[in-house]
Amino acid sequence: MPRVALFITCVNDALFPETPKAVVRILERLGYDVDFPAAQTCCGQMHANSGYKKDAETLASSFEAVFGDYDAIVTPSGSCAAMTRDQYPHLTGSDIGRRVHELSEFLIDVAGVEDVGARFPHTVTYHPTCHGTRALGLGDKPLRLLRAVQDIDLVDLPAADQCCGFGGTFALKNSEVSSAMLADKCRHASSTGAEYLAAADNSCLTHIGGGISRLERTAGSASVAGRRGPRPIHYAEILASAA
Amino acid sequence: MSTHEIVPAASLIPADAPFPKAAKVALGMPQLRKNLAHATGTIRAKRANVAGELDDWEALRDAAAAIKADVQHRLPELAIEFERNAIAAGAQVHWARDAKEANEIAARIVRDAGAEEVVKVKSMATQEIELNEHFEAVGLKAYETDLAELIVQLAEDKPSHILVPAIHYNRTQIRDIFDQKMGDAPTGLTDEPAALAEAARLHLRRRFLSAKVAVSGANFAVAETGSLVVVESEGNGRMCLTMPETLISIVGIEKLLPSFADLEVFMQLLPRSSTGERMNPYTSVWTGAREGDGPKDVHVILLDNGRTGVLADEVGRQALSCIRCSACLNVCPVYERTGGHAYGHVYPGPIGAILAPQLEPGRHDDLPYASSLCGACYEVCPVKIDIPEVLVHLRQRGPHQAGEQAAMGAARAVMARPALWRAALRAARFGSMPWRRKGFLRRLPWPGSRWTVSRDLPLPPKEDFRDWWKERQR
Amino acid sequence: MSAQQRAREEILARMRRALDGAGEAPEPPREYRRSLDPDVDITAMLVDRLVDYKANVHYGLNSIAAALGEAKRVVVPADLPAEWRLGAAEFAPDTGLSTADLDRMDAVLTGCAAAVAVSGTIMLDTGAAQGRRAITLVPDHHVVVVRPEQIVGHLAEALPMLDRTAPQTWISGPSATSDIELQRVEGVHGPRRLDVVLL
Repeated sequence: MPRVALFITCVNDALFPETPKAVVRILERLGYDVDFPAAQTCCGQMHANSGYKKDAETLASSFEAVFGDYDAIVTPSGSCAAMTRDQYPHLTGSDIGRRVHELSEFLIDVAGVEDVGARFPHTVTYHPTCHGTRALGLGDKPLRLLRAVQDIDLVDLPAADQCCGFGGTFALKNSEVSSAMLADKCRHASSTGAEYLAAADNSCLTHIGGGISRLERTAGSASVAGRRGPRPIHYAEILASAA
Repeated sequence: MSTHEIVPAASLIPADAPFPKAAKVALGMPQLRKNLAHATGTIRAKRANVAGELDDWEALRDAAAAIKADVQHRLPELAIEFERNAIAAGAQVHWARDAKEANEIAARIVRDAGAEEVVKVKSMATQEIELNEHFEAVGLKAYETDLAELIVQLAEDKPSHILVPAIHYNRTQIRDIFDQKMGDAPTGLTDEPAALAEAARLHLRRRFLSAKVAVSGANFAVAETGSLVVVESEGNGRMCLTMPETLISIVGIEKLLPSFADLEVFMQLLPRSSTGERMNPYTSVWTGAREGDGPKDVHVILLDNGRTGVLADEVGRQALSCIRCSACLNVCPVYERTGGHAYGHVYPGPIGAILAPQLEPGRHDDLPYASSLCGACYEVCPVKIDIPEVLVHLRQRGPHQAGEQAAMGAARAVMARPALWRAALRAARFGSMPWRRKGFLRRLPWPGSRWTVSRDLPLPPKEDFRDWWKERQR
Repeated sequence: MSAQQRAREEILARMRRALDGAGEAPEPPREYRRSLDPDVDITAMLVDRLVDYKANVHYGLNSIAAALGEAKRVVVPADLPAEWRLGAAEFAPDTGLSTADLDRMDAVLTGCAAAVAVSGTIMLDTGAAQGRRAITLVPDHHVVVVRPEQIVGHLAEALPMLDRTAPQTWISGPSATSDIELQRVEGVHGPRRLDVVLL
């Protein structure tokens, strides 16, 4: 069986275990032998993007030490995959990023599958996260995988290509602008009437989900005619749901 | 007709305040936000349309980026080549190390021409050096002739956009500005854009036909021929470049192009990226002075004003490739919500966030953080400036608050040691147990409060992935 | 050394210092188009693009009179072909007319150096039948005659047809502005009416 390493990312490590579990289930269903190197921590993106290059270099070196021996590394984050591919060459000169695949890249480009045998009888709208779409160039790969899911009802997200306003420390340093961007994203997401909002990055989903949850609570039943906004979900969890 | 008193946006948004503070003021101005969203939305769609018409758009971007990189690497020789050819064609070429020097040279030329006022073509370089303010201080008067610049000048406001300085005003507000400030606005002026354009035409016509001196910038300076190029729409540029006896063009040294044929690249990219047109209505190209046609006394002031400092930064120097199209402003989710004044610099938006702190080292340090790094700017930039890369690069210079430094250092120390990282994860799970019932956090102390101001935060799960994985391996 | 020379030397020295060790940039790739596909009808495209930007298009020498419309006084370059002076207007050859004289003209009639189909751009370089820049600027109505051999598909084909160091004006439709809410409106300081006669 072909062997792949799983990089779950620090955000999922700390907050969202269901997403890496889903990745394991999908890959195993497709016949891969998944390895989880327990020494993994963080790709260093927060440090690099906040201007702490030295710290980022340290973490990039750790990543290389943990994953260096693997031919294929799969991760459920467009943002972290882009970090290893775009920034590592400048930080440590490492080209390990070429072997790091965001889940949809791995499934479509390496495994050659679009239909992973999932069934998800729900309305879903999809937000193309910025780093996945622009830095990594995922295009519509996650959407193609979702379209192949049985019984899914995919609805378009208005102004989908607009950033949700997360941006790592941007959400703290420029909290007001970030919140204004988030408000628009939440409004658009809620307008779809979807049960779920799917994306390729749990950091963005934490942001959007946190915004929707707050709006629901503060606006009470007045929000979008009393309807609940969509629940955030990583698209891997949809793909892992059994047919 | 009832008109509303115009309060210049620049008087409300503090230019010297840090970006987050100024942005907060702008975010609280609903009309401003509505106008910006409408205008940027319109231009975004137009740009995407006309860029999409060209099947070689990416090849053009690649060529433009490489030509600009080549110019930067050969800047001294190209500047000298330009100077030589412009002089041979009858121009006088001056060099200005900084804004003060450029303003003084320009003022001296105006006085030597026996004039006390000038008509101006829209020019970012002259805004950057605050030529109008300098002229005012030495008893000269500069009249802006571009419609948007005219609006801003009449409103006693400041530009909020590179291409459309009055982007923050809608048609009704513009009508009110003309009514109240123009002096000779037609009675019963409506807010029809055509009527407003007609009012501007009438207001400026006599001034154009009688002006002795004009001041312009340039979009391109062709080294091979010594030519300057001005790209415009209204014909005010043609008026300024053709009718007066004396012409002063203030040109940043980064505007050089090696050859005339390079225009075949840039004149496809610039109009489509800026106004979303296949070609702008008017482009003027001139080389020195021409007997019997246009100004006899032609001056070019080559401006440094911090540019050579930018050139010295290997990563940052790509900001000098900018052709001032403003496509990055129009797609930026931050700019769209705050407008240009909040940036506190003549170059706002994503390009301003990387240019301002480089042109004025030690100032505008907050601007590289005024971005979510979404990358929309890089995607549309016609000369492929990797703005997110430069933003991240500039963030290394700081400033980094002590608290943040400590937090980042601690995070790194933990993350660099797998055992510590696992311990921290466990600690977070236990630490969050009291709130577990709710499933989320609604209020955190500072700096977490800046998150929870508008978002809930999920809590760590009862069982993490590592526990699950270990269980499974057994 | 004068102050000016000092400024020049210092800026050049700053540039050289900034580039110390930067080496050479690679040769720019030029994989972009320099012409349109051969099956494109460039005249039809030119017309389409001119009309799209609110220029009027006429066909044949005899349409010049119609293109001039109601214009009574028409300034023309001194070297305008005599057979183009059609219609009832009074033609005033430009022999160094004053600005005030030009401002009294109803229209200007000229030829051009090239016309670019893909963007609907008329290019003037003050060459044959074009005159100096002021005559095509001050009157409110510009009628420009384009010969078939002056029409090219692509900008890259037009640039070599121009006198590079002569004053040039590239015209794409009548004067316009996008300064109000970023919507294009025709008519500001340049000629507000542009008529193109295709021979």
